[in-house]
Amino acid sequence: MNIIVFIKQVPDTATRIKIPPDGKNIDESDVTWIISPYDEYALEEALKIKEAKGTGKVTVVSVGPERAATSLRNALAMGADDAVHLLDPAFNGSDAFATAKILSASVKNRPYDILFFGKMGVGMDQSQVPAMVAELLNLPLVTQIAKLEIGDAKAVVHREIEGATEKVECVLPAALAAEKGLNEPRYPSLKGIMAAKKKPLEVLNAAALELNPEEVGAQGSKVMLNSLSLPPGRQAGKILQGDPQEAVKQLVRLLHEEAKVI
Amino acid sequence: MEIVVFVEVREGAAKKSSLEAVSEARRWADQQGWKVAALVVGSPADAAAVRASQYKPDKVLLADDPLFGSYSNQSYAAALAEAVRQENAHTVFVSATAMGKEVVARTAAKFQTSVLADIVGLDWQNGWTARRPVYSGKAYAEVQSKGDSPVFISLRPNVFSAAQPDESAKPEIAKLAVPIQPDEIKARVIATEKAVSETVELSEAEIVVSGGRGLKGPENFHLVGDLAKALGAAMGASRAVVDAGWVEHQFQVGQTGKVVSPVLYIACGISGAIQHLAGMSSSKYIVAINKDPDAPIFKIADYGIVGDVFQVLPLLTEEVKKLKSEG
Repeated sequence: MNIIVFIKQVPDTATRIKIPPDGKNIDESDVTWIISPYDEYALEEALKIKEAKGTGKVTVVSVGPERAATSLRNALAMGADDAVHLLDPAFNGSDAFATAKILSASVKNRPYDILFFGKMGVGMDQSQVPAMVAELLNLPLVTQIAKLEIGDAKAVVHREIEGATEKVECVLPAALAAEKGLNEPRYPSLKGIMAAKKKPLEVLNAAALELNPEEVGAQGSKVMLNSLSLPPGRQAGKILQGDPQEAVKQLVRLLHEEAKVI
Repeated sequence: MEIVVFVEVREGAAKKSSLEAVSEARRWADQQGWKVAALVVGSPADAAAVRASQYKPDKVLLADDPLFGSYSNQSYAAALAEAVRQENAHTVFVSATAMGKEVVARTAAKFQTSVLADIVGLDWQNGWTARRPVYSGKAYAEVQSKGDSPVFISLRPNVFSAAQPDESAKPEIAKLAVPIQPDEIKARVIATEKAVSETVELSEAEIVVSGGRGLKGPENFHLVGDLAKALGAAMGASRAVVDAGWVEHQFQVGQTGKVVSPVLYIACGISGAIQHLAGMSSSKYIVAINKDPDAPIFKIADYGIVGDVFQVLPLLTEEVKKLKSEG
């Protein structure tokens, strides 16, 4: 079974987001970059499936600037067999659909049974790319998956929705997108980290993917990011100390009479 | 000029957040002189179509072939694409639910375009501009659509208000024929299991009571649940306690969990890690209960009690019950 896992490099969730005066992007100076957490669940699941089947290959693919190579190496250290870095200045400013075009082009000549994604890139929080790749490649899609049973040529997938779980039967090949809870991603072992240095990491640009630079990047995108801003700050309010019984009575009174929320 | 709104059907009923989307479409249509078509997809979906009518679209399109009896994003996206083409829509509204996100992204790709996704604010000036949270609400992005394809917009649930339903509204209800064959559908829902929960669903709750590491262990988490129950609130949790396995991840509030903005958020024994604050700091009122007066959570709390959760929570639950019984 061959699985291609798409990963996105994003700021660590502990990052305090700062925005420079031009408001076009975040200030990257103090950012620690990680594999988007949902993509890690996808990668872990892919590795587990390969281990269970005892055959096949796990390939990780990422579109991103030079620094994305470190996340691809991390994925190789976790156990992926090979990596593909889609790198071209022409890709900058791609919206979700342009990104989906790039990713779809990258799998054209690769055999796969599953295209695995995280349910969203932590940061832009859009949840669009998996569905768009599925549509471009005419594949079935299941997102927000919490449990996965792989059979021959089909899968049964448990998908978390509002207040319920959907059980979905899905023919392979398919596009799947992982939810938290699917598994517990492993840490790379020292041996894995050493081995990762020798694993293949291919770098492909727009020309190699037979993509016209005008159909990707900011030029090929129909949704533009005008600006970023920080939410209005909150003021610290009334802090009650001392006797707990008194503090509780006072809190309930404030919530009932001042805030009028209970 | 038309806005098509996708109406999600669950157990035969129109989903509340879809009715918010129909209401928002009606407001823009009235302002701009456009027409609204509500697309109801499901089988059976008659009741949902009647319900959607009460939010005054100019027309209801009903795709209720038995094929739509079980959800598949392939068939539902085919229905939405057909409605967009038939109505020559310039704008598509979808509520950004688990189903809506799949359907809208899949359909947008058919039109070679992206989605203004999970938006919380919208403006029209010869084109759509939208405001959407990024980094789970640590920042906001202003995004804009360009080009001449239809503009696909997904609206965050519980943000846009639903209009007062008007039972006398009787728009035309027309069947929509969708050109799709059963063998084109490669994934479909075969069963739906409702979550067994005594409390309200987290992302839709007016009040959320969350617990963190200050509870010291899963055996004490009922203190959070007790207060939630007394308030009719949903229960939440910090990432630390989810990762420690005390509660399941559906309860997690924060950057890799749910983003909530209830009227009242009560954080119990939660220090306020930045990824947690991202998920709840747009709540209207925040209450913090923590024994450490320097905990970051107090910097954003409207009200706080510096104290031991083991003492404060049972007292608070009792006090709330007393208030409710006085009614």
